Amino acid sequence: MSDVKKFMYLNRRAPYGTIYAWESLEVILIGAAFDQEVSLMCMDDGVYQLVKGSDTSQSDMKNFMPTYRTLGDYGVRHMYVDKASLEARGLTQDDLIEVAWEDFETEEEVDNIVEIVDADQVAKLMAESEVVFS
Amino acid sequence: MADLHTVNKSPFEKNSLETAIRYSLAGSSILLLEDGVYGATKGTAMEGMVKDAMGDRKVYALRSDLMARAIKEDRVIDGVQIVDYAGFVDLVEANDKVQAWL
Repeated sequence: MSDVKKFMYLNRRAPYGTIYAWESLEVILIGAAFDQEVSLMCMDDGVYQLVKGSDTSQSDMKNFMPTYRTLGDYGVRHMYVDKASLEARGLTQDDLIEVAWEDFETEEEVDNIVEIVDADQVAKLMAESEVVFS
Repeated sequence: MADLHTVNKSPFEKNSLETAIRYSLAGSSILLLEDGVYGATKGTAMEGMVKDAMGDRKVYALRSDLMARAIKEDRVIDGVQIVDYAGFVDLVEANDKVQAWL
């Protein structure tokens, strides 16, 4: 298992106006499929990617929000949200989706891996990661 | 003489909304669409700027884009009028021209 690296996916874009969020999600799923240690970091407009209640029925776009809820099942262990970005947008944890995680070997379970972190933690978490994708 | 100014960028990522407000005349209309609708939400760092603009301009937001971005009507700043695609067409028709702030 020496090939396992700590991957962090840095999301800073809103979900629908550009293709960045969608493409990032695709890459996250690929990374997770290779059994790497994967975390997400949402900051700036990236926090909008985790807001629940999206309805694209009148937009002629695919609603890809449900895919975020499955990331725990794909082995994504942490989904961090930058506190300052959330507050600047008038949002709280109640506005965000919940994502459950379970280790099928050890049966360890976590109800919600979406976690709000402050600026110092954000910097530390990024520094600790071996690879940061953006 | 009145113009319709459209803003389709998030006010947190680009200054399109700020500039549109700065260079639009009293009596003009500003339509927020696509990621621009984030500017119509309550409780954000941009709310004061939008409310100030509404003193002498009308601000609109496109319903389908609000819905896609999970912005419920009760989270939209009071006074911002929500319009559908037909309302968008009406705004275009009612104004002298459309100026897009990309």
